[in-house]
Amino acid sequence: MDTAFFVAWIEEIAHVIADQRDHLTKLDAAIGDADHGANLDRGFSAAREALASADPPPATPGDVLTLTGTTLIRKVGGASGPLYGSAFRQMGKTLGDAPEVTPAALAMALEAGLAVVQRLGAAEEGDKTMVDALAPAIRTLTAALEDTPADGSYGPVLEDAARAAAEGAHATIPLLARKGRASYLGPRSIGHEDPGAASTALILAALSTTAAATAAK
Amino acid sequence: MVGIVLVSHSAQLAAEVAALAAQIAGSAAPIVAAGGTDDGGLGTSPDKVKDAVEKVDRGEGVVLIPDLGSSVLVARMLERPGAVVLADVPFVEGAIAAAVTAAAGSPLEDVLAAAAEARTMRKI
Repeated sequence: MDTAFFVAWIEEIAHVIADQRDHLTKLDAAIGDADHGANLDRGFSAAREALASADPPPATPGDVLTLTGTTLIRKVGGASGPLYGSAFRQMGKTLGDAPEVTPAALAMALEAGLAVVQRLGAAEEGDKTMVDALAPAIRTLTAALEDTPADGSYGPVLEDAARAAAEGAHATIPLLARKGRASYLGPRSIGHEDPGAASTALILAALSTTAAATAAK
Repeated sequence: MVGIVLVSHSAQLAAEVAALAAQIAGSAAPIVAAGGTDDGGLGTSPDKVKDAVEKVDRGEGVVLIPDLGSSVLVARMLERPGAVVLADVPFVEGAIAAAVTAAAGSPLEDVLAAAAEARTMRKI
């Protein structure tokens, strides 16, 4: 996965988030403050524009993710700005200046991103947050790495990770929220999918879509 | 002197609490408000908080007092151990306790301890 791959990933995220903006807002209206869709749409649109207009353009996958993170932190406004922004920045830092990223390096970068999210938000799995989508996706990715075909095709592996994220997001429905605004609702937070977990699942789905599109070329 | 930054979703809330704390602590207290988003809405602006930290930093440490949610996350993101520290305290009472202690010339750890005491201090 090269620099163009990661730019394509961020573009795909911006596309999917814009497409699912109302759905995310609806989820957030149930247990949050109904701004998640709009906030992320603004953030990832800004990230896409920042990547397109950067001079010089990002030279490495790490540059792409660092610029994306910095833009999210500045533009999102809600709690997801520092969380997603710091995660992308940490991923960029972890990838360093490598021109090509292996699935193993990507898994390590995602792991580092998750660690920052957990440090900032002090959330554990089961708290009904984005961690509930991200952690199982990374576990699936890491486990699947051992079965990566010798030809290095990573599409199926990322597809499995995206599925694990979606299942993790879905599994937040019966949970009681322990972090964020939804935690004030106590038992009334039960029965709703967590918007942060839902958007994390979209971000990982975009990764899988990008891999499929790249492989088809 | 230890600097204090009040981080709130609301520009007015942060500004008014800063004014109240400065009134009680005396004008010497370096206390600055960083509330609202860059476009004046409700939310947290990392840039505003960063600027505020620079403004109150006299080299003796800065205490960040957030209200909740994204304010806490932005404050955590900007923490630098031993230099820029988040105080997990009630917004109004913590700000006043921190400002009074900072204005008295106390070191960072004492300002943090005074702010933390505000959590359990009864009003009557």
